[in-house]
Amino acid sequence: MRFSIYRYNPESGAKPSMQDYTLDIAPEGKMLLDAILALKDIDPTLSVRRSCREGVCGSDAMNINGQNGLACITPLADLKQPIELRPLPGLPVIRDLIVDLTQFYQQYRSIQPYLINHDPEPEIERLQSPAERAELDGAYECMLCACCSTACPSFWWNPDKFVGPAGLLQAYRFIVDSRDQATNARLDDLEDPYRLFRCHGIMNCVEVCPKGLNPTEAIGRIKSLLVDRTV
Amino acid sequence: MSLPKRTFDALVIGAGGGGLRAALQLADADLKVAVVSKVFPTRSHTVAAQGGINAALGNVSPDNWHWHMYDTIKGSDYLGDQDAIEFMCRAAAQTVRELEHYGLPFSRLDNGKIYQRTFGGQSAHFGQGQAVRACAAADRTGHAMLHTLYQQNIRAKTHFFDEFYALDLVKDEEGYVLGVVALEIETGEPLLIEARTTLLATGGAARIFRTSTNALINTGDGLGMALRAGIPLQDMEFFQFHPTGIAGVGNLISEAARGEGGFLVNRHGERFMQRYAPETTDLASRDVVSRAIVTEVRAGNGCGEQGDHVWLKLDHLGADKIKSRLPGIRDLARRFAHADPIEAPIPVFPTAHYMMGGIPSNRHGQVVAPTATGPEEAVPGLYAVGECACVSVHGANRLGGNSLLDIVVFGRAAGSHMLDYLRENPYPRPIPREATELALARLARWERGGPGESIPEIREAMRKIMEDHCGVFRSSAGLREGVEKMQVLRERFSRAVLHDQSKIFNTARIEALELENMLQTALASIVSASGRHESRGAHSQVDFPVRDDKNWLKHSLYFLEGGRLDYKPVRLKPLTVESFPPVPRTY
Repeated sequence: MRFSIYRYNPESGAKPSMQDYTLDIAPEGKMLLDAILALKDIDPTLSVRRSCREGVCGSDAMNINGQNGLACITPLADLKQPIELRPLPGLPVIRDLIVDLTQFYQQYRSIQPYLINHDPEPEIERLQSPAERAELDGAYECMLCACCSTACPSFWWNPDKFVGPAGLLQAYRFIVDSRDQATNARLDDLEDPYRLFRCHGIMNCVEVCPKGLNPTEAIGRIKSLLVDRTV
Repeated sequence: MSLPKRTFDALVIGAGGGGLRAALQLADADLKVAVVSKVFPTRSHTVAAQGGINAALGNVSPDNWHWHMYDTIKGSDYLGDQDAIEFMCRAAAQTVRELEHYGLPFSRLDNGKIYQRTFGGQSAHFGQGQAVRACAAADRTGHAMLHTLYQQNIRAKTHFFDEFYALDLVKDEEGYVLGVVALEIETGEPLLIEARTTLLATGGAARIFRTSTNALINTGDGLGMALRAGIPLQDMEFFQFHPTGIAGVGNLISEAARGEGGFLVNRHGERFMQRYAPETTDLASRDVVSRAIVTEVRAGNGCGEQGDHVWLKLDHLGADKIKSRLPGIRDLARRFAHADPIEAPIPVFPTAHYMMGGIPSNRHGQVVAPTATGPEEAVPGLYAVGECACVSVHGANRLGGNSLLDIVVFGRAAGSHMLDYLRENPYPRPIPREATELALARLARWERGGPGESIPEIREAMRKIMEDHCGVFRSSAGLREGVEKMQVLRERFSRAVLHDQSKIFNTARIEALELENMLQTALASIVSASGRHESRGAHSQVDFPVRDDKNWLKHSLYFLEGGRLDYKPVRLKPLTVESFPPVPRTY
């Protein structure tokens, strides 16, 4: 199979370039990550992050034939050749397919991603009905792979000011949690021309999410909650 | 060479559930705590845990920590230490509720309490019925736990060193552990992280096997560091093979699939577990189910064209239950086995999954090793929890749902004990100049390019040796041969070279350093297996097919120096209740 892979090593002094690779591999039943690891055994300088190899840890997000996704759950046989691999767009590249996610993580930290509840803790669990718990489905599963935020033009332009789809989905996860008591403060924090309202609903995030989550919908609901509390 | 240095009160190496739970305990006590992790915390392997965490909450049917204790001891094939097991099972309910208070999004029952499901090896009334004990967040319990604990550490302002690879512990002449030398992966520069107390929470090492449910990062880094610091490894012959890895690729299909009502069939459509475990059938202990599957396949009853797996059938559960309770395993089965469990069975085969052995520790998380003064003396300043540690609560076989419990109970306990240790040791001890030499030599060793042995080739050869000689069934001759092959491989490794000498984010260098740890772990495992002349739990030796309590009711200890083995007794005395004496184990 044929590959064209973005290569960059700041130590070499060379500009980034695309490198062609050919790999003898039967694609049936294999994932893209299998091919990348086989290539790395041949060319140890090829660099990529990876961990769980089954789509739950979010390490190996990259741009695959123009679309962000996780290499470990992208079937090799489905990809048009040469398979073009680039780092996630819009963030500084450290080396090859590895990007600097500092801004992405900072936005996540900025939404206070933890349950806030000031009541004394009961001796047993806090109760939550199955319907209340179901509100978290579609939000708590996020694995912070950054496919969505790095597919979002608003995040490309303002990664320091716009929370981005991943961070906003997590903000929503705590806003709708029946156990959380900081809803108003969370909404106040997002009521800002940049933090929330840079989202223009173009839904790139929905298209690329490897978990099939829908950040745009969550962002829409946050906006409605902001409207609701003014009327 | 003078190293840049950072100083903290406490240091945690590893950012899975065990490390993060301990870090939270320390940070909430206003201490300066650093967490060093070779990956961003939420990429740690805890994220992949699926089915649940055991606690006798009794939300679905009556339950009791004492029954949980009985099940854990029986599951361990009586090799578990009963004081530590009592401690864990007693602490379970409070620890799980605390996670809920932290925000963990558990699934819920109609009355609003935490959802619980059945799991293998768990009984009510000391073996008289099925217990419903595993608390779950759908089938993403580990993901929910890891993210919740990371979030709480953000609140508590824990200091994270993300993508730093720990090279070796730093010790003084009196044996006090004073921190670690770590490699900043992004820059390729070493850093000395000084702390008065250090916790190893580096997880498992099942990547020493060819087919494994584990993340690629599970390479036994803490085990290698402990061995090189002169600490033995305990019970390393006991590696759990999970009965239901996806055949060929190894991805885990949670025991929750059987807990929710799924069952195994052979090529004749027979529910063969009824023959191997008449009472509990598909929910027998994992070692029992794995042996049954391998026996079926060897008898020609396997499924598929090659007859090399069995089927896990779930379609009778209905689409609704599969979608609400097992969405993650449906995803995995569709992606990796091309089978939608709503319609078709999943091909499964036993797959290397969990290391029951590890760094010897006690129920406070202290690392204990034999010294001149006693057989189980605490190594001052050093702690270990989770899969890299051996308390031992899992003995010769771990129960499903007990690993997530282990990491939070002992992560919490270690954090608390480290607080005591810090009060008793308020001042940093000086770090001798030569204390960092071991770590820097490890790094310098890879400044060797040119012709030499290949790292990927040695890695794959190691995995094949473990699979061929140290699998579900083992033999004396096979193990002896495996040990010899592994020793030859270690020689080859001494001639291995690194073809990428760059500094910035050099993952080839990390893989070389990881391989050293994996090889030492693999040797520990196969040498310990070769030494144990009985069958107990996950260690099935065909030449010694029965458990031998008279000679082998004891923990093994493997030392790096000379590959020597030693043994120490099992703690059969619990903290407050009567001991459970060893009896024949049937399911």
